[in-house]
Amino acid sequence: MTDVIADVAEELEEGLAASTKDAPEILTWDSRVRRTITIYIPLAIFVIVLLFPFYWMAITSVKPDYEMYDYKQYNPFWVHSPTLDNIRKLLFETEYPHWLLTTMGIATAATFLSVGASVLAAYAIERLRFKGAQHAGLAIYLAYLVPPTILFIPLATLIFQFGLFDSPVALILTYPTFLIPFCTWLLIGYFKSIPYELEECALIDGASRLQILRRITLPLAVPGLISAGIFAFTLSWNEFIYALAFIQSTEKKTVPVAILTELVTGDVYQWGSLMAGSLLGSVPVAIIYSFFVEYYVSSMTGAVKE
Amino acid sequence: MDATTAETSLQWVPRRQHSWLGRLFDSKPFLVTLCMLPTAGLLLIFLTYPLGLGLWLSLTDTTIGQPGVYIGLENFESLFDDPVFWNAVWYTVFYTAIATAGKFLLGLWLALLLNHHLPFKAFIRAIVLLPWIVPTVLSSIAWWWIYDPQFSIISYVVVNVLHLRDHYFDFLGSPWPARWSLIVANIWRGIPFVAITLLAGLQTISPSLYEAALLDGATGWQKFRRITVPLLMPILSVALTLSVLFTFSDFQLVYAITRGGPFNSTHLMATLAFQRAIPGSQLGEGAAIAVSMIPFLLVATLVCFFGVGRRKWQQGSDND
Repeated sequence: MTDVIADVAEELEEGLAASTKDAPEILTWDSRVRRTITIYIPLAIFVIVLLFPFYWMAITSVKPDYEMYDYKQYNPFWVHSPTLDNIRKLLFETEYPHWLLTTMGIATAATFLSVGASVLAAYAIERLRFKGAQHAGLAIYLAYLVPPTILFIPLATLIFQFGLFDSPVALILTYPTFLIPFCTWLLIGYFKSIPYELEECALIDGASRLQILRRITLPLAVPGLISAGIFAFTLSWNEFIYALAFIQSTEKKTVPVAILTELVTGDVYQWGSLMAGSLLGSVPVAIIYSFFVEYYVSSMTGAVKE
Repeated sequence: MDATTAETSLQWVPRRQHSWLGRLFDSKPFLVTLCMLPTAGLLLIFLTYPLGLGLWLSLTDTTIGQPGVYIGLENFESLFDDPVFWNAVWYTVFYTAIATAGKFLLGLWLALLLNHHLPFKAFIRAIVLLPWIVPTVLSSIAWWWIYDPQFSIISYVVVNVLHLRDHYFDFLGSPWPARWSLIVANIWRGIPFVAITLLAGLQTISPSLYEAALLDGATGWQKFRRITVPLLMPILSVALTLSVLFTFSDFQLVYAITRGGPFNSTHLMATLAFQRAIPGSQLGEGAAIAVSMIPFLLVATLVCFFGVGRRKWQQGSDND
């Protein structure tokens, strides 16, 4: 045992001596190999694993059926004769376009409602500094920690009492429960970064509070408003459980719910159409996100840091 | 001539009076009420009230279409003897624990990798976030297809390309493989959020600390352990709290891939509550399951936030 350790130690020493003797060359080569092994290869694996399901989704949605179920003759990782058949079936034989429009309408309405309410609330909490503003801010933050999964049952009975069951209005009114807390916190952080002096100047020049909000604070807060808007839009686009519980009729469903409940029928799944539907349903948020990725990342990390 | 113009311009001009509307908006109590009204209204009606209503529903035998009567703790008593419920509780805890650990280990690793100088860094950072952006249900459907018993691409690679096994995996057909499959999909979805959040934390750590450590002869592990980890703790505790909260109350992923099957083995408390309340129309019982999530959520939140965040106060760092 001790011999082995001694041997190892000896080897190590030899190695060390060798590496110090002709240090410069070995060091540069060594560090490049090291960098490849410790950084580039793991990173490549991460990227491949994180993106593979999307690739698989995309490639499946353009495969004809005979390729999709025959791995022996056709390499499953590639498509030999791409077809738009699945997408055509989806767009013209189901109510998919209708679902897309419904989802877009609901997401847009919920976004405007939430961002509007959040701007006012954030302005009041951060700028009007009324008594208890801190507590109001904390209460709104706590509201963000209440998950929709413990709310949907009582909300369903509430929606039913209001006569809003199976109506898009139910979703437009309930989505703000998780959008407002998020947007408010994001905007409070944003308002903090706008110098208070600007508003004081305006006040001295005789502007009313309303004028200050409209002419000074809001124009300066536009980037914050955009990121709050993108966030709210993607979150409402992705929402699932309320849309599943509150909407019954086929034509009023949102994309995620419709794909899972309307396209999955019987025992034989139409994987081509399912994948095409998932892909098309992901594209709008991916496009919006790709335009505003910098806002998105900075506001996400900013909001978490608060 | 010049003197007179100067005189007139110096004349005192009375401040333009605002209309009564403007004056009304200048009164602070009115303005505060007006600004807080939409938010307070929406949150009170659709969040606070349902929270209370949920507690009340859990004590009644309400079904869809029939208002129930107060039955005390009967719902909870019947759940207490229900093996499906206990299995859901157990799997929810297991799912949260394993998935959170996986997300944070891999997410931290990815964040450390992205913190190096890399070509196309902004691009990589952007595409890495995709699993988090795309609607969970839609990416879950892709996972469902990846886990298909006959045409799973993972099975194909393992069996036909690498020849490591001689038959295909049965990912979703039996309890344990199904449980692990869901956890893997959840980790996949959660890595980007953790990585990007921690990356933001890493970028706030001053390089001079690492230089000082280098001069003192610290090894890479020591630098990680003594500088990176402690300085990441504040942001880590917030990210951990949110992650645990949302993994525990997860619904979409399980509902999309297994719907709680096979044999109710992959039910989370949320999916079980949904199944009993909406398709099963037992609103009271569903509410009782949802309500029993609350103590777990409270404990998990407090433990994550105070247990991990404690160091922040010990160090007395400024509270931003």
